[in-house]
Amino acid sequence: MKPYLPIAGVIALLAAVPLVTSSNVVLDFLVVAFLTALVGQGWNLLGGYGGQYSFGHAAFFGTGAYITAVLQVRYGLNAWAAFATGIAAGTAVGAAIGALVFRAGLRGSYFALVTLAFAEVLRILASVAPVTGAGVGTLIRLDLRWQVFQFQSRVPFYLIALALVALSLVLMHAIARSRFGAWLVAVRENEDAARALGVDATAIKIAAMTLSAAVTAAGGGFYAQYYLFVDAGIAYGPWVSIEALLAPIVGGAGTVFGPLLGALVVKTLGEGAKVAAGDAPGLDLVIYGSVLVLVVAFAPRGIAGVVADAWRWRARRGDTTAETGHA
Amino acid sequence: MPEPLLAVEEISMRFGGLLAVDQASFAAEPGRITALIGPNGAGKTTLFAAIAGFLRPSAGRVVFDGADVTGLPPHRLARRGIARTFQIAQPFAGLTVRENIAVGAHLHRPRRADALAAAAAVAQAVGLAREIDKPAAALTVAGRKRLELARTLATEPRLLLLDEVLAGLNPSEIREMVPVVHAIAARGVTIVMIEHVMQAVMSLAALCYVLAEGRIIAQGTPQAIARDPRVIEAYLGRGAAARMTGDGAHA
Amino acid sequence: MLSPAILIPAILNGLLTGAVYALVALGLTLIYGVLHIINFAHGALLTAAMFAAYFANRWLGLDPYVAAVGLAPLFFALGYALQRCVVGPAGRGDDRNILLVTLGLAVMIENALLYVFRADTRTIDLPYAFDTIAVGPAFLAVPRVIAFAAVVAVALAVGALMRWTDIGKAIRAVAKEKLGAELSGIDAAHVYAVTFGLGTACLAVAACLLLPSYYVNPSAGNAFVLIAFTIVVLGGMGSVAGALIGGLIVGVVESLSGLWLGESLGQVGIFIVFILVLLVRPRGLFGEHA
Repeated sequence: MKPYLPIAGVIALLAAVPLVTSSNVVLDFLVVAFLTALVGQGWNLLGGYGGQYSFGHAAFFGTGAYITAVLQVRYGLNAWAAFATGIAAGTAVGAAIGALVFRAGLRGSYFALVTLAFAEVLRILASVAPVTGAGVGTLIRLDLRWQVFQFQSRVPFYLIALALVALSLVLMHAIARSRFGAWLVAVRENEDAARALGVDATAIKIAAMTLSAAVTAAGGGFYAQYYLFVDAGIAYGPWVSIEALLAPIVGGAGTVFGPLLGALVVKTLGEGAKVAAGDAPGLDLVIYGSVLVLVVAFAPRGIAGVVADAWRWRARRGDTTAETGHA
Repeated sequence: MPEPLLAVEEISMRFGGLLAVDQASFAAEPGRITALIGPNGAGKTTLFAAIAGFLRPSAGRVVFDGADVTGLPPHRLARRGIARTFQIAQPFAGLTVRENIAVGAHLHRPRRADALAAAAAVAQAVGLAREIDKPAAALTVAGRKRLELARTLATEPRLLLLDEVLAGLNPSEIREMVPVVHAIAARGVTIVMIEHVMQAVMSLAALCYVLAEGRIIAQGTPQAIARDPRVIEAYLGRGAAARMTGDGAHA
Repeated sequence: MLSPAILIPAILNGLLTGAVYALVALGLTLIYGVLHIINFAHGALLTAAMFAAYFANRWLGLDPYVAAVGLAPLFFALGYALQRCVVGPAGRGDDRNILLVTLGLAVMIENALLYVFRADTRTIDLPYAFDTIAVGPAFLAVPRVIAFAAVVAVALAVGALMRWTDIGKAIRAVAKEKLGAELSGIDAAHVYAVTFGLGTACLAVAACLLLPSYYVNPSAGNAFVLIAFTIVVLGGMGSVAGALIGGLIVGVVESLSGLWLGESLGQVGIFIVFILVLLVRPRGLFGEHA
């Protein structure tokens, strides 16, 4: 129980926010940040811990979003059931892509390329397929009842988003301290050495991709319910894939809290961009691109890495024990 | 003669037009140390890679404990009890020594705490106890070699394939490493080692196989093959054996 | 559908289009062959070059084929600077870092263009844009014939550069064996930057060749680059011959399948070919190890 205290503490703190403020601006900002943190945690599982950098996580987000929306709108399925199905569908897509790609032995840049391609294929198909509303997209009818996963006030959305983030933190923490996590990290560090030690690297990678997709798809499904509108560019667009990797990289890839930290920073920067330049499209992504380059150049282990380094430096200056610097 | 734990039968490795290993056969008796020696480029590491599942043999069989394991992937072989080290040490650079060894220990220990504890024990056995919480990237070459050894030991292998575990070590480091290898064999692990450091081969190996240009050209006790003219020629060139005995030089 | 009167023009037009694809692919494969990195910023750089060519026409009245003479060195310098000052230092030789850096650059460049120029689609008007030359049963658009000739010229120029100049030999040396080349006194960082610059210069020329026949907007480059990626993967990463031949093949295939399938499905088709090649034979037809 003890190792989960930091997570509980952070979640409790964030859960108290609606008690302190009723500003929709603040709640809205945090919901979006939580969504980014969720999607980022999904990426972090595969990329940060597993070392497989996907450039196409939108594939899972979009599937979660579209399935959630379309099943409600076209097939009359209950919103909660649609949400659950959306997660299942995203997970299935992850398993399928993972099986194809990792059995073919794709790594590094080739892996990034092929994930990008898959996301783009889905985007194009979604933009022409009638079932998704093609270019027009899918609009979920406004019906502010909890039974259909819609709420009058922001607060329930906030708490649900927070709960999803909490679950992702717990999941990541549990993985990090498990055999699966140890093997996943070993594959990231040196795949051949890991294989020689009995690790079925291919199976591990596929499993990581599947879990990663599940978490990301949850973000997509929630997005659909929060905004009540999904189209191909929103669901499968590059912006999702970029935010999915930016948050963990900025916050600290391969750490439990990295995506949450990074999401808060990234979204703050995004808001700053809007304040500075109005709603002109593009500026926020320019900033994201620059942040990515800067972080990789100067702080490749992200915020968590900088903090860990500072900690270790302090510890070495006075005390006897030195940390290993591992979050 | 006890049944060999590992029997390599007529293994060949062909890369396009190049025959790197040509019908090599050898056997390793359980509980003993067998050495695979030969000049550089003879194909020793390639042969290891073929046995350990990193390459698929073009021809031949690998039989382990009576079962045909030819072409099985490395992780399946590890589960059966075959482990290998790499010629150039491959630590998990971002992890500590303990975490490195734990990856191996996890093969038979699902729980994190058990794996970490077992890792500490193995580190002790190979003499890495003092650096156990250091990052693996901070180890010296000798330390990394011990780490390679420790990681594979943690998988509790029955057969250990050591690829030049002494390469890159200075004489005092070699003197410290040899007893470690001895101790592993003493615990019942069968060892096949590729080695260039002849003094170690002499003191460790019960049986030697000599590989030259992809073929096994001699086998016997270390002392016998050191005197074998074919072996001398493989290392020193044609006519060297005659020249050496002609000059009255010792083998 | 299969009559020569329809097929031959389709094939010829495919070759013309394919030539420009090949030029884009050439830049990509050069960069991969020497630096061993996949330049994710290639698409954004092509878009930037297209904007540059567009404004050279709008503000300076320059014909794109003339503008190419000025834009190629300009974009060479840009590519050189990007590799020397950003990708090289930030990447520090680590594959994963370099991946992220080129992605970051791509996002920056593309969205900077979006922010400054909005998403409007722009085209230029060339007086001879619709003139045609008759070749057999086909009427080929003049700009596209010029483009084909220009690509051939560039390909020969690059080939000559690689063969006979000192820098070309240095590039080939670094591509084959970086450490050995460095030990022979070659400045690898400089060679890397030159190669990146060459690749970017190819994009500048390609942009000028494309401008008469296509439109410009912030995501224009992506469509071509996707095709370029497919060509490079098909022809083999790092293989110049593969890029050129592959480009022509893809151009013809696209043209022929356009006869049957139509526009938007065509894009998906290319992506699927791309994925299949990556899954089945990442090495491509002429390339080295994946």
